[in-house]
Formats: sequence, structure tokens, C-alpha cells
Amino acid sequence: MGWEKIATAVLLGAMLIFIFPRMRHALNNAPKGSAEDWKGFLFPIALVVGFVVLLILLVK
Amino acid sequence: MYQERTATRPIGSAIETNKVLRNTYALLSMTLIFSAAMAAISVVSQVSYGIGLIATIAGIVMLWFVLPRTANSATGIPVIFAITGLLGFGLGPIVGYYLAANPTIVMTALGGTAVIFLGLSAYALTTRKDFSFLAGFLFVGFFVVLAAALANIFLEIPALFLAVNAAIVLIMSGFILFQTSSIIHGGETNYIMATAGIFLSLLNMFQALLHLLGAFGNE
Repeated sequence: MGWEKIATAVLLGAMLIFIFPRMRHALNNAPKGSAEDWKGFLFPIALVVGFVVLLILLVK
Repeated sequence: MYQERTATRPIGSAIETNKVLRNTYALLSMTLIFSAAMAAISVVSQVSYGIGLIATIAGIVMLWFVLPRTANSATGIPVIFAITGLLGFGLGPIVGYYLAANPTIVMTALGGTAVIFLGLSAYALTTRKDFSFLAGFLFVGFFVVLAAALANIFLEIPALFLAVNAAIVLIMSGFILFQTSSIIHGGETNYIMATAGIFLSLLNMFQALLHLLGAFGNE
């Protein structure tokens, strides 16, 4: 295994450690979304999925 | 960070929000140009993956430890340029690889990232929906994706690599909605930190799209 792989693994491990307290804070403090809120999020995400599929078909 | 939702906000607060938004987009466009220039230098000088990785690590270390201490002062501006420059330089070897294999993939990934960003920003700005409820979901999603990416360094499963990159595109889309909504609703009042957040979302999305299009384009 090259040093680049080890360095990438260490970097990802450090990111996990760095993100963990933020994730816990977000889970404990963020407001809960209603069904309407989630619909408002899923609509643009569905469009993004469709757009990415279109890009993949373009380069295939 | 997660302020209570309010139906109406004072005029002074709305003006302040518009100022943060304007400054964020102005700084974002300048840092994107600078980062692209650094990536171009990296590609032209054929920097190795190792050097690119060192630049990326330096950028992330500055992002974690220097930017939060300088974001409230004028020093934050050169720091954000240094971070985006280093991250752009670090992206060079990957962009260079795909440019050599198939330049269309790089252009498609670049255009795709721009269209997704503009579309999601326009959606968040016009609907003025509050996406602060996404915080927990996005951080957990990002945590899981990072853990999967870490595992795949050792497992080297191509399907997992594709799944991780597809998930990154969706999570970064969520972060763009979350960050834009956070500026609109007064959750983020520092335009340097807001720029850093959106820049990282765009960088991660571009890189993930590049890998996805490269894989499906047989490169």
C-alpha cells in the first residue's frame, strides 16, 4: 500500500473524528421537519437525480 | 446555528441577510475563479497525486484550524483564498487524469455542477423554505459516506466507490439547500464561513460527478 493511500485513510479518519461532534450537535439541536418540509426537499433532490442520470447517458 | 423559525423578520435583519448573501456570492465567485486557476496550474505542471494530496491536506487543516479563528476579521479573506487555492491545486491531478482520458467528462462534470448549484440556489432563494431541519440528516449521511469511503480504500469495491460518489452528489445538493437557507433565515451571518461551506459542497460535488461520469463513460 502506497503512502498516498495511508495518508488518504488518515485524512478520512480525521474527518470522521472532526465531524462526529457536529453531527451529534445537529442531531440534538436541529428542528424536526414536517412531511411538507421533506416534500420540499425531496422535489429538488429528485430533479438532481434525474439530471445526473441524463449526464451519465450523455457521456455513455 | 439553528434558529427558531419566524414568519416575519425585521427590515434591518432582512437587509443584513441580503448583504451576507451578496457578499457570499461575490466571494464565492472570486474563490471559484482562483481555485480553477490553481487547478489549471496544477494540471499544466503535471503535479503528482501525492503532491496534490499534500495540498488538499494543507487546505483542510487550514479550513479546520485557521479559518474559524480568522473568519471574523479581514485576515479571513486571504485565508479563504489560500484554502480554496490549495484545494483547487489538490484537485489538479484528478482533473488532469480525466482531461487526458476524455476532456468531455471534465466539461460535463463542470457544467453539471454549475447547473445543479444554480438550480438549487434559485429553489432555496425563491421558495425561501427553511431547510434547517436537514442538519442532522445531512451530517449523519456525510458521516456514513466518509466511513464507507474509508472502508473502500482497503476493500477496493468498484460498486461501493460508485455508491459513495452518487451519495456525495445528493448529500452536497442537500448541503447547498441547507447553507443557502441558513443565510436567508439568518442562521449564518458570516459570509466567509458561508463561502467556505458552499465552496466545499461544490468541490465535493464536482469531484464526485467527475468520478461517476468517468466510471460510466468507461474511463
